[in-house]
Amino acid sequence: MEKANKTIAIFNISQHYFKNMFKIVKKETLAESTKMFEVEAERIAKKCMPGQFIILRIHEKGERVPLTIADFDRDKGTITIVFQEVGKTTFQLGKKNVGDEILDFIGPLGNPSEIEKFGNVVCIGGGTGIACVYPQVKMLKEKGNKVISIIGARTKNLLFWEEKMKKFSDQIIVTTDDGSYGRKGVVTLPLKEILEKEKIDRVIAIGPPIMMKFVAKTTLPYKVKTIASLNSIMVDGTGMCGACRCVVGGETKFACVDGPEFDAHLIDFDLLISRNKMYLDEEKKSLELYRGEI
Amino acid sequence: MRTSMPEQKPKERIKNFNEVALGYSEEDAVKEASRCLNCKKPSCVKGCPVGIDIPGFIQLIKEKRFEDAIDKIKEKNSLPAICGRVCPQETQCEQLCILGKKGEPVAIGRLERFAADWERKKGVKPPEKVEDTNKKIAVVGSGPAGLTCAAELAKKGHSVTIFESLHKTGGVLMYGIPEFRMPKKIVESEIDYIKDLGVKIKTDMVVGKTIEVDELKKDFDAVFVATGAGLPMFMHLPGENLNGVYSANEFLTRVNLMKAYRFPEYDTPVTIGKRVAVVGAGNVAMDSARTSLRLGAEQVFIVYRRSEKEMPARKEEAEHAKQEGVKFMLLTNPIRFIGENGRVKKMEYIQMKLGEPDESGRRRPIPIKGSESVMGVDTVIMAIGQRPNPLVPKSMPGLETGRHGNIITDEHGKTSIKGVFAGGDIATGAATVISAMGMGKKSARAIDRYVKEK
Ligand SMILES: Cc1cc2nc3c(=O)[nH]c(=O)nc-3n(C[C@H](O)[C@H](O)[C@H](O)COP(=O)(O)OP(=O)(O)OC[C@H]3O[C@@H](n4cnc5c(N)ncnc54)[C@H](O)[C@@H]3O)c2cc1C
Ligand SMILES: Cc1cc2nc3c(=O)[nH]c(=O)nc-3n(C[C@H](O)[C@H](O)[C@H](O)COP(=O)(O)OP(=O)(O)OC[C@H]3O[C@@H](n4cnc5c(N)ncnc54)[C@H](O)[C@@H]3O)c2cc1C
Ligand code: SF4
Ligand code: SF4
Ligand code: FES
Repeated sequence: MEKANKTIAIFNISQHYFKNMFKIVKKETLAESTKMFEVEAERIAKKCMPGQFIILRIHEKGERVPLTIADFDRDKGTITIVFQEVGKTTFQLGKKNVGDEILDFIGPLGNPSEIEKFGNVVCIGGGTGIACVYPQVKMLKEKGNKVISIIGARTKNLLFWEEKMKKFSDQIIVTTDDGSYGRKGVVTLPLKEILEKEKIDRVIAIGPPIMMKFVAKTTLPYKVKTIASLNSIMVDGTGMCGACRCVVGGETKFACVDGPEFDAHLIDFDLLISRNKMYLDEEKKSLELYRGEI
Repeated sequence: MRTSMPEQKPKERIKNFNEVALGYSEEDAVKEASRCLNCKKPSCVKGCPVGIDIPGFIQLIKEKRFEDAIDKIKEKNSLPAICGRVCPQETQCEQLCILGKKGEPVAIGRLERFAADWERKKGVKPPEKVEDTNKKIAVVGSGPAGLTCAAELAKKGHSVTIFESLHKTGGVLMYGIPEFRMPKKIVESEIDYIKDLGVKIKTDMVVGKTIEVDELKKDFDAVFVATGAGLPMFMHLPGENLNGVYSANEFLTRVNLMKAYRFPEYDTPVTIGKRVAVVGAGNVAMDSARTSLRLGAEQVFIVYRRSEKEMPARKEEAEHAKQEGVKFMLLTNPIRFIGENGRVKKMEYIQMKLGEPDESGRRRPIPIKGSESVMGVDTVIMAIGQRPNPLVPKSMPGLETGRHGNIITDEHGKTSIKGVFAGGDIATGAATVISAMGMGKKSARAIDRYVKEK
C-alpha cells in the first residue's frame, strides 16, 4: 500500500513536467518473450523512415531504452515496436497493455537506411532483428529490388513474422540453430550458398552483434557491400553523451547520430560486443530485484 | 572580511548528494549586505552580463526588505537562485566590486542566492499577467539561454513554446551540474516560475528529428535556437573506448538526469571504480571528480595538462574539490589507456611544461620527452570540453556556422536565416550560465522587435 502511494506522488510531479503521453493501441505476443506494441505517436509516424529508432522511458525512475521502429502507419499515426524481454525495462514494458501509456517516446532517431534500387538484395534478420529489418525489406521491394530474406533464431519458439516478411520477399529462408524449424544452422550458411550462386548487390543484416560479425565475414570475400545496424548502449540518442561510441574504419563514431547503420566490413564488432557488456552485473542485479518484487 | 557561508563538512558531504553550501541566514545576509558601499557608479554592475542593479538589491537586503530585493533582482534575472549558485562571480560582478581592490569584494552571488531562496521558502508570487500580443515564438532547448529568452518574451505578452529533446527541462542545469551544487528542486521551481509566465514546454521533441526548424517557422513568428554545447570531446587516444572510460557528459547525465546514484531504485546504472582519473580542470571536471567521490571512489585524480593558474574551473569548485580530497595531477597529460577484458585498468601519462602563450592567451603545454609513467585506474572521465551540438545546425541548410560548428549570429542573436535567432553555448561555444542568459535576453529584445515589425 505504502508503495502505491509513493508511485502516485511521483506520478503527479511527472505529470507536471512531462505532458506527452503515448498510448498503446495494439499488443501481440509474437514469440517466446517477444512482444509487439503499436503505439500512438503521430509526430514520429509522420516523419520516420526505415532504419530509424525511438527511445522510450516507461516510468519516472526508468531507463531510456532504444528500440527500432519495426513498422509505422502514417495515416493512423502509430509506430510499431518489437522487443525481447531480456532485462528489467523490457520485462516491465511487456507487462503494459492496450490503453496504457508510455511516459516518454522519443524519435525518430538515427539516420534512415540507404534504400534505392540496388538490384539483388539479401536481408537478414536474427531474433528481434527480424522486426528491425522488416521495414527495409518492405521498402526495398517497393523500390523494385529483388529481395531475398533470411530470418533466423535459436529455436522455433523465437521465430515470428515469417508471413509478413514473405509478402515483400522474392524468396525467404528460415533457419533455426537447433533445427526445430526451417533449415538447421545459422543464417550465414544459406547466405554463403546464395553468394556462390548469384550476383548480390547488397546485404543488410540486423541481429545480435555476433551474427552481424559473421555475416560481414561471410560477404567480405565476395566484396558485397554489407550493412549492419548497431545496437550499442545508449542514453540520450542525440549525440550528447558518447555512450554509444563504436569504431568504424578505425574512427570513433556515435551510433545514435552517425548510424545506427554502418558498413559492416569496417565495424569493430568485438568492441561493440565488449561495450555492450559494460553493465552486465548491474543489469543482473536490477532484474533479480525486480523479479523478487513481482 | 566577507561573511562566510555555512557548508557541510567535507568528511560528511562526500557521503551524500545534498547541497554543499548551505546559504546565508537572514542575519548573515544583512551583515554581508551592510558591507556594500552603495556606490554611485557601481562598477560591479558592469561585470554582470544581465546588468542586475546590484547596489539596489543589496540595500534592500540591508533594510530587511527581502521581498523588494528579490523583485529588484527579477527585473533583470529570471533565474536568480541558479546564478547565485553557479555564476563564476570572481571573474564577473565580484571581480569589479570596489571593495575587492583592497580586501574582499561583497559576496554578491551569495546575497542573490539568499534573496531567491528566501522567496522560494515563502512561496514565489505568481508574475503579473500581461496583454497577449498574439505573436508566437518557438524556443529550441530549455537550458539557461532558452529559458531566459522564453521568460523575457512571455513578459512582453508573446506566446512562447519551448521544445526540448530530453524528457526533462533545464539543460545543463538538469543533466550536467550535480545535485550537491545545484539542487534539482530549485531548478524545477525556477522553471515553474517561467511556466507561470505562460511559457509552454514540450519535452521529448528533438528538433531536427521529431520536428524541423522549417516546420516551426511555419507555425511560429520567430524561432530561437538554444541547443547548447552538448557534443562531448575525446582525445582520440588508444584505449579511449574501453569500458570504464566515460565522457563527462555521459557520466554526469547518468548520475544527474537519470539518478544513477540511486541505482537500483532508479534503473540507470553507472559504474565507479576505486581509482578514478578525471581529465580536465574546468567546472565539468570538478563536478565529475566530486561526483566520483560521492559514488564511493577511494581516490580521485584531476589530470590537467597546464598548471593551477590556468585551471578554468570556478575557484570555489576547485577549493571544494581539494577539501574533499581530490588530488591534482597538474602539468600531466594522458597518452594511452590500457585495458583488461575490455575494461580500463591503467593510464599512461606524460609530464608537461608550459611554453609560449597560445591563441587563448594561456601558456601552451608541451610534453617532456621521457617523462612517461603508468598508474592504475579503473575509471576515467574525459572532461576536456564540449562542442556545439550539430543536430540542429545540420538540419538547416543555409545556416551559417563557424569553425567549431557554432551558429554564427550578430550581437542580437540574429542568424543568417530570417526569423531564426540563436544564443547561448550553441552560438558562443561552451561558456557560462549567465552569459547564456545574457544572450537569451538580448535575443528576446531583438525577437520582440522583429515580430512586431513583421
Ligand atoms: C538502435 C537500437 C535499436 C534497438 N532495437 C531493438 C529492438 O527493436 N528490439 C529489441 O528487443 N531490442 C532492441 N535494441 C536493444 C534494446 O535496447 C535492449 O535490449 C534494451 O535496452 C534492454 O533493456 P533492459 O533494461 O530490458 O535490459 P538490460 O537490463 O539493460 O539488459 C539485459 C540483457 O540485455 C543485453 N543488452 C543490454 N543492452 C543491450 C543493447 N543495447 N543491445 C543488445 N542487448 C543489450 C544485456 O547484455 C543483458 O544481457 C536496440 C538497441 C539499439 C541501440
Ligand atoms: C557539468 C557542467 C558544469 C558547469 N558548471 C558551470 C558553473 O558552475 N557556472 C557556470 O556559469 N557555467 C557552468 N557550466 C556551463 C553552463 O552550464 C552552460 O554554459 C550553459 O548551461 C549553457 O546554456 P545553454 O542554454 O546555451 O545550453 P544548455 O544548458 O546546454 O541547454 C541546451 C538544451 O537544449 C537541448 N537540446 C539540444 N539539442 C536539441 C534539439 N535538437 N532539440 C531540442 N532540444 C535540444 C538540450 O537537451 C538542453 O536541454 C557547466 C557546464 C557543465 C556541463
Ligand atoms: S547574475 Fe551572476 S554576475 Fe550577475 S550579479 Fe548575479 S552572480 Fe553576479
Ligand atoms: S562595487 Fe561593491 S561596494 Fe560598490 S555597489 Fe557594487 S557591490 Fe557594493
Ligand atoms: S546515445 Fe548518447 S551520444 Fe549516442
